[in-house]
Amino acid sequence: MTKNKNNILSTENLAIGYAQKKQQKVIASGINFAIKKGTLNAVIGKNGIGKSTLLRTLSKVQKPLEGTLFINKKNSNAYQHLELAKTISLVLTERVPESQLTVFELIALGRQPYTNWIDSLSKKDLQKIQWAITATNLETLQNNRCSELSDGQMQRVLIARALSQDTEIIVLDEPTAHLDMHQTITIFELLKQLTKTTKKTIIISTHEINLATKMCDELIVLSENKIYTGTTAALIQQNAFENLFASKIVKFDRALQQFVIHSQTF
Amino acid sequence: MKQKPYLKHFILLSVLLFIFFLLNISQGSVSIPFKDIFTTLIGNTDVKDSWQTIVLDFRLPKAITAIFVGSGLSICGLLMQTLFRNPLAGPFVLGISSGASLGVALLILGSSVFGGFFLTNSISNWSLAIAASLGAFLVLFAVIMAANQLRNTMSILIVGLMFGSLTGAVIAVLAYFSEATQIQQYLFWSFGSLGNLSWSEMRVFGSIYLVGMFACLSVIKPLNSLLLGENYAKSLGINIKKSRIIVLVITSLLTGVITAFSGPIAFIGLAVPHLAKMLFTTSNHKILIPASAIIGGMVLLICDSIAQLPTSEFTIPINAITSLFGAPIVIWLLLRKKKITI
Repeated sequence: MTKNKNNILSTENLAIGYAQKKQQKVIASGINFAIKKGTLNAVIGKNGIGKSTLLRTLSKVQKPLEGTLFINKKNSNAYQHLELAKTISLVLTERVPESQLTVFELIALGRQPYTNWIDSLSKKDLQKIQWAITATNLETLQNNRCSELSDGQMQRVLIARALSQDTEIIVLDEPTAHLDMHQTITIFELLKQLTKTTKKTIIISTHEINLATKMCDELIVLSENKIYTGTTAALIQQNAFENLFASKIVKFDRALQQFVIHSQTF
Repeated sequence: MKQKPYLKHFILLSVLLFIFFLLNISQGSVSIPFKDIFTTLIGNTDVKDSWQTIVLDFRLPKAITAIFVGSGLSICGLLMQTLFRNPLAGPFVLGISSGASLGVALLILGSSVFGGFFLTNSISNWSLAIAASLGAFLVLFAVIMAANQLRNTMSILIVGLMFGSLTGAVIAVLAYFSEATQIQQYLFWSFGSLGNLSWSEMRVFGSIYLVGMFACLSVIKPLNSLLLGENYAKSLGINIKKSRIIVLVITSLLTGVITAFSGPIAFIGLAVPHLAKMLFTTSNHKILIPASAIIGGMVLLICDSIAQLPTSEFTIPINAITSLFGAPIVIWLLLRKKKITI
């Protein structure tokens, strides 16, 4: 699978976690999967299972404890800061510190890997920024200050910033956290559409499991004992969803093909 | 980043800076007609010799020093506020000024504690500057060593503050064992002073200042990306560790040399960046760096003019003026306008 020509990102025996001075805290190990170019992928699993750690490792924010990560068939360790910045862009869960940046200015920061030492925008930079603004439907907001935006608008601005960075891969850590149902679906549809129109590869982590199983091309399911990858249909066959929460309250319903609530208190 | 048309602001501020510069030079205990000052400045020599000396060797260096000190401290404050993402940060948070104070304290106060180890009778401007630089450099070195060890930028802030307390304690111990005249001498240094600089000292001061100012231009890009936080900056290809060290070195160099030649001047470095941010309503460092520099120079010129109390023989310590007049103004601005940001 890792040898496939279409794979943009693949891992070999990857172990993720945190290394402190002497001891290592391994969160997951023996991770082998590949992500195809131009697809929407979701990492799902319960809280604390290591979704964010996996995404942080895939985007080289933190080092893997073991194993190798290949980006475009090249060992990720061989990437320089700048080369990586032109390959992977990020949307993180952390809040952007408060400042007086406007929407346009924040999105323009995505062009930094391409701008000169004093950060002036070329014609091409401006085109890319404008395209990112149009793609995320932010035309009317572009001169507003970021501090005045709602959570959903801010998420779109951060996605636009990642788009203006013009990378093949975009990694988003829980892009729909804090958003209402309508905004959540809007973001999912936007991401899905972007993979189709731009051939960009998008990897997200999410708790919107039912939405992810319907809208994503492939899923990476993190559970206690095993990591499953594949399309929703393939994962159902492998019983990948059965033990996701190891709980009676939320169960995967095979007939409905989605997770349903079995609460005693209703 | 896209630039809004700020040219008008900059032209207006530069004109104001120039006006305050001339006003500052025209003030002093000896009253000299404005016309004569102007002719002296443009190089005419048919003015009274004593007046020429006063203008060229005393007032001009002092006004230039005010601009250097004001702009330098303001830029350092701006860099620290962005680097630490903390609106309360200023040029002295790294303990640089405490280090400089310790150097000067050892020179002035140490003589009575350690006996004849230091030269006691003649403390020149140069020896003060060298002692202050050495002290500032030692603290800078310690902070940068710590910065290399620490992943977390906030920890560096705390390390800087700790160094500040530590040196403060050492100075207190030294002062306890010193004589009253020496304590007084130290106290006078800590009041800050923009005058007393000869042209040869100005040359050293000016060249280090210029190096620092040009180096600032190289960190505009990393500082702008740091507005998004360190993880985003890193994902934009910025080498965080390298940028952090460059910013620390620039700040230490500038605050070190400023403190060495004019004492620990308070307040400017903390307040002026906020004035610039309120006036220009932007977070873009391409605008904020020159804006802080011009406003900083102007504010210190005004403070110095106030300190001289027109037509009076007395001069109030510049350090008192900056806080006495500056603090209420910033509080007023905050009450009037909205919140403060990095």
